[in-house]
Order: sequence, then structure tokens, then C-alpha cells
Amino acid sequence: MRAVVTVIGKDNVGILHKVSGICAEMGANVIEVTQSVLQDMFAMIMLIDITAMDRDFAELVDRMTNLGSELGLSIHTMHEDIFNSMHTI
Amino acid sequence: MLNVYNILETIRMIQDECLDIRTITMGISLLDCIDTDIDKACDKVYNKIVDRAKNLVSVGQQIEKEYGIPIINKRISVTPIALLAAACPNENPVKFAKALQRAADTCGVNFIGGYSALVQKGFSAGDEALIRSIPEALAVTDNICSSVNIGSTKSGINMDAVKLMGQIVKETAERTADRDCIGAAKLVVFCNAVEDNPFMAGAFHGVGEPDCEIHVGVSGPGVVRAALSKYPDASINELADIIKKTAFKITRMGQLVGARASKLLGVPFGIVDLSLAPTPAIGDSVAHILEEMGLEQCGTHGTTACLAMLNDAVKKGGVMASSTVGGLSGAFIPVSEDAGMIDAAVAGTLSIEKLEAMTAVCSVGLDMIVVPGDIAPETISAIIADEAAIGMVNTKTTAVRLIPAIGKKEGETLEFGGLLGSGPVMPIRDKSAAKFINRGGRIPAPMHSLKN
Repeated sequence: MRAVVTVIGKDNVGILHKVSGICAEMGANVIEVTQSVLQDMFAMIMLIDITAMDRDFAELVDRMTNLGSELGLSIHTMHEDIFNSMHTI
Repeated sequence: MLNVYNILETIRMIQDECLDIRTITMGISLLDCIDTDIDKACDKVYNKIVDRAKNLVSVGQQIEKEYGIPIINKRISVTPIALLAAACPNENPVKFAKALQRAADTCGVNFIGGYSALVQKGFSAGDEALIRSIPEALAVTDNICSSVNIGSTKSGINMDAVKLMGQIVKETAERTADRDCIGAAKLVVFCNAVEDNPFMAGAFHGVGEPDCEIHVGVSGPGVVRAALSKYPDASINELADIIKKTAFKITRMGQLVGARASKLLGVPFGIVDLSLAPTPAIGDSVAHILEEMGLEQCGTHGTTACLAMLNDAVKKGGVMASSTVGGLSGAFIPVSEDAGMIDAAVAGTLSIEKLEAMTAVCSVGLDMIVVPGDIAPETISAIIADEAAIGMVNTKTTAVRLIPAIGKKEGETLEFGGLLGSGPVMPIRDKSAAKFINRGGRIPAPMHSLKN
């Protein structure tokens, strides 16, 4: 089972370290990281494996959201199913 | 692997374009709660609803967290209460409304729909008592919605019921005149009502449905408008294609949420209703989609054509995305709940006559329309009859949710707040239809109802 963590906002030194730190703490494994600038949005997108997570997914979501608020970014943490289902026939 | 574009598009739809799941609605059959002792029946009603729906709100919140999609409302629809009232003929059906209210409070849902009667061919036991109790029921409860089906393509239009409903709508507004006539905002009069609609105020759990199921009502007018705004020079059929693709994505989200809710609640998945349902929030307007298509203001000439195309393209895109599309599915045009509609009504560009034409090509009917407080009940009935005729002849669902603004006249406004928005009092014709309405009887079913 996988999820996608998307960080959107201004340039962010150290954010990769902080986000992957939370993942490691909660038992989520980072599979892939992409960075992109799309229509003035700077985005860092991380695909993570949550199968072995030892905590609730909701807790991960909350921690990521709070981190975003602290740093003035928006961090979305979403189960990958939503992207798969919306964009493929 | 990851498609960056798709991920950012999804997030933009949710964050900037007001994409959301408008409601997850649990439909619950109360047929096994029927009892000749009304107090026992009310207990059974309360217990069954709480038993089935106690986790509805928490599951909704869990899914919101998992997928990052807002689920705005968690609601319940039940068997038309007239069927339960039929077993207790000498009692006041308002007791059922109060039981439903208690269940709504316990479960934390924001509406329970189904204080309803189906009288398209005539009145049966329980129907008239239920209907006459509606003004009181909607005045003494906050979270109960009511509906009455007065016609169908197969049955024709029950003009006795139409006459009665004109009075009931007026009385419901009068009973809640101190609260901006909010009672009338919770009452819908239908023709060709559907049994699995998840949206309020017209939701009820039809008798042909299973014991319990979960429906999803999606939305996303902002998403559609934003998609169209990227193509200012596209031809109309190219716009239709864009709408279809957008509707596909929106509906897929609804399908995903519905399937997940079904699994978590242990209840069968019912339908996805892929209606574009506006809210008064900026960027969440159906009228603005029509204006994006090229109308200077919604309500001007060309509006009916644009809406016809939009409604059809939404359905086509959505049908591919889901295994079971149902409910009303299309575009909603509730005036008080749509910022663009409100502006158009205030400016005088959008009239009741134009809205009536629009209802012939979209999902619902004359919805959340505020009319002068001194409107005659017979005029309300005549408006209901007009809408019902459109539905009956065109084999589609139509409905009327009119709000007589007691004590107010054209030019003034009613403020409901929240998702129900605010509405300018719209002008109506002053010549009377009282003689026609007072005849009573039935408008016979049209020729094409004889399809066998």
C-alpha cells in the first residue's frame, strides 16, 4: 500500500530531511522523490510505502499537515488510490 | 510510477477549485420498524438508525484523512415516514420527526431526509396525515427534511395533492417566519422522484432499495469551470469533451470514496450521484460555468442551451467512471446556493420563467427560489403543477423547493446562512390560477407512459 506526500510552496531547504524523518519515525519507507515546478507551483512529491507502518495513517497525515503549517507550506498526504482512480480509465 | 502532473492536478482541484464530496448518505429501511403503537415504532426507528449509522460520521472523517478529500456532509435517508404513519392512523406523525431528530443528534449527521409521502396516484393511509403534519414537523426539528411526490410519468399528476402542497409550503414558511422561513428550505415537492437520491432536501430511501446502503454525492462546479477557462476559443463540442473528462475524474473520486465507505461501514455500496452541486462559496458556482461557456450573465438567452450541453456532458463523463450511477446526476440550479445565480437574480437577468425552462434540461427543478411572502397558496400550487408537467411529459425528475418570504417582497432578501446561502425575493406573475387549482382531480398520464 502506498501513499503520496506532496509539498507545495516556496523553496524549502531541509524539507526533504524533515519529511523523510517523519516517515522513518512512523515506519513508512520512501520509494521515490520527484521535484517539479509546474505553473508557478514548486512541488516536491514523495511516493512512500505505508504497508509496514506501525501507526495510523491518520496520524501521519496530521503530522505532515502540522509540519507544513510550521514551515509555511502545504503538505498533502494522500493514499495513492485517489490518483490511480481519477486519472486512468 | 508517479505522474507528477496528475498528482498536482488532483491537489489543485481540491485546494483551489473547491472539489469535494458533497455528501455520503446512508439509506436505511425502516420497514421493519412499523408498529401500530407509535411509541414503539419511534423507539425502533431510533434504535435502527443509530445501530446502522453510529460510525457514519467517524468513517467519513477517516476517509477524508486517507484521501485528502473533504467530505462536506454525512447524512441519512430513510423510508418515507408516511408508510410508518399508516400503521398508527390516530396519532400525530410529528412524533416520528422527533425520533428522527434524536437519531440525527446521536449520530452527528447534519440531515435526515425521508419525512415523506408518495402520492402520485392518490392518497393512501398515512399520506394525508403525514403531509398535513409537515409544517409542524419542520418547525420543531432542525435536521429533518421532507418531500412529497405528487406526480409521475406513469401515474400523471395528482392535482389534489398539488392543491394541498401549495397550502403546506406556505404554512411551513409561516411557521418558521421568525427563522427566515427555513422550514420551506427543507421541503421538496417532486414529480418522478428517485428512490436513491443522496442530496437533501429530497432524499428518501425508496422501498425498492436494500435494507441499508451507502450513497455518494459528488460535486465540483469550480473544477469544471476552471477546466473550461483554459480553452477560451474551443468550439462547443470541444467544451463538451472537456466537461466529460472532468466529470469522469470527479465521479471516479466519488466511486473511490463510496467503495471505501461501503467497506469500512460493512454496508453495500449504493450509487454515485454525480451532480454538480454549487455552494455560495466563491468559485463553486454552476452559473459561472454557464458564463464561462460564453454568456454575459446566467439567465440571458442561450442559458437553456448551455445548461443542456453541460448536464448531458456531465452524465456522459460520469457514467464511464462508476459502476453504479444514480440519484439525480447532472447539474443543480439552486438559486440561493449559487453565487452566480444570486447575482443574476438580483440583476434581473434570471427570472422564474427562465429557471422553469432550465429545469427542462437539467437534473432538478425550481430549487431554493425565494418568492414574495404574500404569494397565494394557489399560485404555489400552480408553479408546482408547471414543474410537474415538465417532468411528467419529459420522463425526468423535476421538483419545487420554493421559499415564501413571509413579510418580505420583491427586492428584499432572505438569509439562511451556510450551504443554503441567501436568496433575493423573485417576482412572480400576479394573475391567479386559483380556479384551475381548486378543481382538483388528476392530470392523466401522458401517451408515452403506455410503453409496454
